[in-house]
Formats: sequence, structure tokens, C-alpha cells
Amino acid sequence: MNWETVIGLEIHAQLATKSKIFSGASTAFGAAPNTQACAVDLGLPGVLPVLNRGAVLMAIKFAAAIDAELGRRSVFARKNYFYPDLPKGYQISQFELPIVGRGRVELLLENGDTRTIGVTRAHLEEDAGKSLHQDFHGMTGVDLNRAGTPLLEIVSEPDMRSAREAVAYARKIHQIVQYIGICDGNMQEGSFRVDANVSVRRPGEELGTRTELKNINSFRFLERAINFEVERQIELLESGGRVVQETRLYDADRDETRSMRTKEEANDYRYFPDPDLLPVELDDALIAEATADMPELPDARRQRFCDQYGLGAADAQQLTASRALADYYEQLVAVCGEAKMAANWIVGELSGALNREGLAIEQSPVDAGALGGLLQRVVDNTISGKIAKQVFEAMWQGEGTADAIIEARGLKQITDSGAIERIVDQVLADNPEQVANYRAADEKKRAKMIGFFVGQVMKASKGKANPQQVNQLLRGKL
Amino acid sequence: MHDKSIRQLAASLRAGEFSSVELTRWFLDRIREFDGRLNSFITVTEEQALEQAAAADARIAAGDATPMTGIPIAHKDIFCTDGIRTSCGSRMLDNFVAPYDATVVARFRQAGAVLLGKTNMDEFAMGSSNETSWYGPVRNPWDPERVPGGSSGGSAAAVAARLCPAATGTDTGGSIRQPAALCGLTGLKPTYGRVSRYGMIAFASSLDQGGALTRSAEDAAHMLQVMAGFDPRDSTSGQEPVDDYPAALEGDIGGLRIGLPKEYFDDGLDPAVAASVRDAVAEYERLGATVREIELPNSHLAVPTYYVVAPAECSSNLARFDGVRFGHRCDDPRDLEDLYKRSRAEGFGAEVKRRILIGTYALSAGYYDAYYLKAQQIRHLISDDFRRAFEQVDVIMGPTAPSVAFGLGEKADDPVTMYLSDIYTIAVNLAGLPGISIPVAPVNGLPVGLQIIGDYHQEARLLNVAHRLQQATDWHLATPAGY
Repeated sequence: MNWETVIGLEIHAQLATKSKIFSGASTAFGAAPNTQACAVDLGLPGVLPVLNRGAVLMAIKFAAAIDAELGRRSVFARKNYFYPDLPKGYQISQFELPIVGRGRVELLLENGDTRTIGVTRAHLEEDAGKSLHQDFHGMTGVDLNRAGTPLLEIVSEPDMRSAREAVAYARKIHQIVQYIGICDGNMQEGSFRVDANVSVRRPGEELGTRTELKNINSFRFLERAINFEVERQIELLESGGRVVQETRLYDADRDETRSMRTKEEANDYRYFPDPDLLPVELDDALIAEATADMPELPDARRQRFCDQYGLGAADAQQLTASRALADYYEQLVAVCGEAKMAANWIVGELSGALNREGLAIEQSPVDAGALGGLLQRVVDNTISGKIAKQVFEAMWQGEGTADAIIEARGLKQITDSGAIERIVDQVLADNPEQVANYRAADEKKRAKMIGFFVGQVMKASKGKANPQQVNQLLRGKL
Repeated sequence: MHDKSIRQLAASLRAGEFSSVELTRWFLDRIREFDGRLNSFITVTEEQALEQAAAADARIAAGDATPMTGIPIAHKDIFCTDGIRTSCGSRMLDNFVAPYDATVVARFRQAGAVLLGKTNMDEFAMGSSNETSWYGPVRNPWDPERVPGGSSGGSAAAVAARLCPAATGTDTGGSIRQPAALCGLTGLKPTYGRVSRYGMIAFASSLDQGGALTRSAEDAAHMLQVMAGFDPRDSTSGQEPVDDYPAALEGDIGGLRIGLPKEYFDDGLDPAVAASVRDAVAEYERLGATVREIELPNSHLAVPTYYVVAPAECSSNLARFDGVRFGHRCDDPRDLEDLYKRSRAEGFGAEVKRRILIGTYALSAGYYDAYYLKAQQIRHLISDDFRRAFEQVDVIMGPTAPSVAFGLGEKADDPVTMYLSDIYTIAVNLAGLPGISIPVAPVNGLPVGLQIIGDYHQEARLLNVAHRLQQATDWHLATPAGY
């Protein structure tokens, strides 16, 4: 009999506010330990939290992006537990009344089907600091720079049925939070963290016992961790065992999950409303302010790219993967005027080069304006598409604008028919045997054989001869 | 000099009768002379006090004085003071030098007041007798064998003994009003949120409120004028405009409607105390007030409710004292668990531990609904009682404490009896209302307090009502023998 996998995700998205959720300290990443922790972050006696309004606006924006109910009145609660990197001995989070209620996202699966995944809730909370166990001679170092960084914890329904679906959902949330500008999405720096709740069951049966997988810092590891865990649970159940509700850590080096703590060892967090903070009341004016600069969302933009630019679904999907990429595309179209050519160049040359060097679109050494300048020269027949690839490589290496490179390297396409004719004549003179063969062949074979002559002419012109003119001249002379 | 009111001291300073430095020295000398037996100060900041006094003299000379400039005061050792130890009466913070000023402290600094030192208190403000302090009990200046009340017992004893003209305190369940009553002082607990809690070490955040212990309502008005106001660092502080408290003192109280809750004159009240309170109420009738009996039917639920809410909040508020970043850390911890357990076991006293345990229990899975949630519901009922009462009367009057000051050690081993000494004050905190205790006729030479409770943000009226009695009587002028 088959097993059905059931997955729900808890995603922690670090909100892109300049200061922390309850203090004025900076949230910038990478500062020297404990230099970005003020009295409030340190949990000194007597300090009090003051809510960062920006974090509230971002949560409202997220609710709008996933078509979620807003918690018009949300309440901060204390989650009590002891840990050295948790300065107050409690984390300020939201429990019974979160700021974002039930919402949903649509996934476009690889086979073209769509799937709706429910979002149970999303709530605001503060991050803890970091415990550093190395380099302290058997002691633990605590860095509180991250303490108090605003997080939006996004909890999904257990709606996913495979690791691939879970990854597609996580990518979708990743895409949305970046689109609406509330999270930089950097998984390596921990700005976007995914925990997975995984269980298996026989189809139609009640939900099985779940385990929670933590410590997953890439989409690839998410898929691998879930797949490992599903197999582990199935093997356990098929050999007569029982899944224990527990938290398991994913170890990317060994590609396995390990038990961290079981339910019995879990803390009783003793949640209660934080008496230091007032309930957050959202009025219409605040909601309007939060959503005033709402960008076009990825699904809508993808559809528009199909309609407006005549792109296929796959290209439109890829080009709207991130807001920066989609913006790049639209700028490129604006400069060069050729929607399809622009799409091909981004999906082909540009993405290839970016991937090769592990760069994001925002880091591309060739911006949309510069690439547009290059494509303009293809459109106006100054160079061929093939030469354009050479020019692109030079631009990538920082050798200057397309026009400067074309000029410096003398790559301008030869359109002077006299000059092309001289090269054609030379090629025909140099290859009498092939000329004879061509002339003896029937129409069908000739269509194939002409390629040889075109190739020779292009080679002799160093690729600069206009291909249409070459074709025309060759056919006439042959 | 030490019998003058704040207004008189300010006038003398401006008139050049004496300087703030002279005044400060005078009080520092009195602290040296008397505090050995009272133990009302944990830290005396002589050097800083004299510097501040000199600066105040310069301000007065430059014509830049506020009514508090150059006036020496003391802060309860629960308010963080930049560069000065802030112990909260606990071994846990014996080594803690705050790196910042509480908002209340900063406001007095800006007003030019002179800080004489930090006063003794029950550990983390948990107590009604000042016997739970790590620094030892405070003695009542009226009788050294009796307690001064708590938790602001150090502030009360210091002001009563004229070791400082006025002091700050905090009141979570009666911790300003009850020691004021037991030491013959005026003790004002403002509306919740009227005074910023920033830098005031939290005991029970939804109940804690800073206020003042003074020798008169007039002095309290000057203190509150400095303390009150919205603070952007405290989300629970009120945005309401601050009244001119000294200006409101003289208002006519003819026609004032006084309510006496019948529940406050029950079997638990010492009849002699009841008689004193009724005498004072009679005095108000002579001043033109009308008196009627009212009901606060949920009064009997106040103490049990408080002993769920306050410990629950304290169990969380005191979690930060873990030996990791500041405060007491045990020697040679074996591991993290050992560090937590021994640091907290050694750093906290018995009453603090008791309340952390009660609060942790009340918030635990399976008990939350039965205790914490239920307590919050009763809290609403108690607030509703007051709301209904204030539809009929302007102020509510009754005893502050059920008896005069009790003996040192008398209730120390019986927490429930001790908790009942706040039976008349606790409901006011649960409702978040302002209250003031003023001295009335003593019983056997020991002070008795009349509690006056007002509606929200009625501090000006409370001070006015208290002041008018103090104009008509001289109970508040009584001084303990020898001081």
C-alpha cells in the first residue's frame, strides 16, 4: 500500500526594518559581536519594549499579498524559556491573536497544474541572539546583535504532499516577501528560515505523528531533509515502529536528520499577554498607508508578461521569479523594444553568466540599460546575434559599452553589398568542386548544401557579413 | 531646615537664606546621624549629591530654577540610576550599577533636584514590611520595634525621620500608600500609566506605578509635577495632558461626594483605626462634603486575584536575572543548568522565590485558564465595581491599612496574614486607579492612614481633597519623637 506525505512549513522571514522590533538598535548584518545591542536588547533591568511601526506596516502588506484576513486587534505575548541568547528569559511573540490570519498562495507546478496552499497565520515576533560554541575554550559566547530583530513567522496548513510541493511553496513565500520588499530573502544570513513539519499516513487515514525539521538553510536542503525524513518514517512504520513527536535537526554534511528534543522534553512556554505592550489596533488609515505602495504581485505580473509581451508561460514564470529580475526585463524591453529578444537574452546569456559566477540579478555587471544598448545594435543590424554574444562577454568583463566595444574591435556588420560580393566571389573561386556539386544537385539537396558556402563567407568576414545579404548573393551567383 | 515643605525650601533657596549645598549637607548629616538605626538607605550618594547641589545653586543664581531645583530627594532603589548601584533590595543586583537613568530619575535630574541616595525596600518590591530586603529590615521612626510597611519602607522611614524632604516610591499593591500610612506620611499612587515605568525595575508590569512619599499633599503635588507625563519609552504610559497639580490644591471641596465602601469597614479592620478614619471623614463633612455608603461587592476577591496576577507577571519579569549578563552569578558553574539554578537560588530571597513559584504554576499548561485567565476576568469585575461607584461619588474613602504598624518579625513567617495588610489597597492597583494615603488621628501614638481613591486621572482632585484636610487639621505635622 502507498504512503501519503503530509507537510506543513513554518517560515521565519526577517523583516527589512532598519531598527529592531522593540528598540532603536540597528538590524544590519555582520557587525562585531554585541555592538548592535542596546539596553532594551540586552534585557537590562527596567527597560521596556516599544513596537516598531514599520514592522506592523510590513505585516499588513504581507496579509494583503496572500489575501489574508487581518488581525484588526493583535496581542503580543511572552513565550517563556531560559536560554543564554534569550536575554529577557522570554521571547515577545504573538500567540492567541496574530496580526495576520488565514490566507492562501497559488502554486504553479512544473506540470502546469496549480495548487492552493493555505496559510494558517503569520505573526510578529523578535529574534533571539546567537550562541557561539567554538573558540571559547569550553565556554559559550553570546552575541546579541540579532536579538530583537523583527521576524514574521508564517505558518502554513499541512497542505503539501511532497518535498517538491513544499519547496515550491517555500519559494513562493520567498518570492512574495521579496516582491513586497519586507524581507531580503537571504537564506545564508538567516533572513529566511524554513522549518518543516513532516508526517506520513495511509491515504484517507488520520494525520500521522509529525516531526519538526530545523536547521535548513537552502531550498535544496529543504527537499533533501524532507525526503530523508519521509523515508525514515516509512521505514520505521513498516518495520512495526512508531514515529515519535520530536524536533529533528537536518545535518547537510551527512544528509540526515537527528533527534534534538522530544515532546516530553519540550518546554511549557507559559504564554501570556505581554503587559508591557498595548494590543495592536489596525485602523483603515494604517492599512491604507501600508498598502499604498503595494507592488504588482508575482502572479499578476506573470500573467501580464504573457499578455503584454507575448511570452510563453515558462519564460514569464522565470522572468518574474524575483521583482528585480522582472524589473530588469521590463527596463530591457523599454530600451531595445523587442520583448521576445529581451526574454531570450535574459533566460540565455545573462542567466548563464550570472549562474556561472553565482551572482544575483542585482549584482549583474551589465545592467538593463547597457544590455539594451547592445540589443539595439542587433535590432538595427549593426551586428549579428552571434557577434552580440562576443560583445556581451566583453561588456561582462567591463570593457565598456556595446558601441565602444563594437567600434574598438571593428565588429560592425558588413552591409556594403560590394564588399560582401567580393568575399562571395572569392569563396566560390576557392571551392570549384563544391560549386559543381551544388549545381548538379536537386532543389532539396541544394537547400542543405548552401550552408557550407554561407559558413565560408561568414568565416572569411570574421562573422561580420550580414547573413541575409550573403544568402541572397550566394543564391544568385550559384 | 528639615521641617520645611518643598515650597518653603524652594523659597528659602531663592531668597538666599541657605544654599542647596548647605541644605544637602544638612540632610547628609542627618542620614549619618540617624540612619544607622533606621537602615532606610541602601546607598548614600554624598559626592554626587554635593555636585548636584552646587550645580543647582548655580541654576538658582542664574534664575533658571524649577520648584524642585536644589531640593534634596531620595529614590527608591528600584529606579535605575546611571553610574549608581541599583539593587532592588536584592542580593541578585548587589553588584549591579545601572548604565542608564530611569525616566523618573532623569526628570528629577533635569528639574535640578539633588539625589541624596537610594532607599531600602522589600526585595524586588515584594513585601509589606520591608523585612525581605537583602540589606536588612528598615525600622519605623515612630517605634524602632515596628516595621515601616513596604515595599517602599526605606523611602517612608527616611521621609518620616526627616532624612530627606521627599522620596519616590513604587506601588504595585499598596507599596506607597501602606508605608505612608504606617509612617504618618502622605503617599500618592497615581493612575496606572501616569508616571513612566521605564527604568523602574519591573515586579508586576500591569500593576506597577511610581509615585511619591512626602509629608504633605502640597509636597506630593510638586513631586508629581516632575514625575507625570507621557514617555515614548513606555508604551503603557498615558498620553493625557498633565494637570498643574500645585495650582489645583486650593480648590473648594464644598459639595464633594464621598463614598465609604461598607466592605472596607469589616471585621478585619482594627476598630481604633476605623474610628480614626471616621473622624477624618467627619472633618470632611464639616468642610462641606457629603458622605454616603457605597458597595464594592467584589472587594473580597482582590487579594486572591492579585496573588495570581502579580506572581504570574513577576515569574516572567524576573527570568532575566539568570547570572548570564549582569547581577549575581554563582561560583564555578558546572554547566548551564547549574549556572541558572545556583545563581537564582543564591541571588533571590525566600519571598521572591515563593512568588516566582506561584506565578510559574499559575501560567503553566493546564492551569492557565483556571488561574491567570480567571484572575483577569475578576479584575474586570473589580474595575466595574469602581466604575459604578464613581457614577455616584467623586472620591472613595476608607482605611489604607487594617492596623497600625505591626512588630518586626510579627508576620514574617505567615505570608497570608502579611498579604492581608494590603487588603484595602490592592483593588486600586487591579483597577489602575489613583489613590492617596494621608495621616489622620494616631492610635496609641502610632500613625493611621486615610485612603482616598479617585477616578482615572483625578490626581489633581485627590491632592486637592487631601490638601484641604491638611489645611484644616494638623495630623500630618506630627513628627516621630527624636527626629
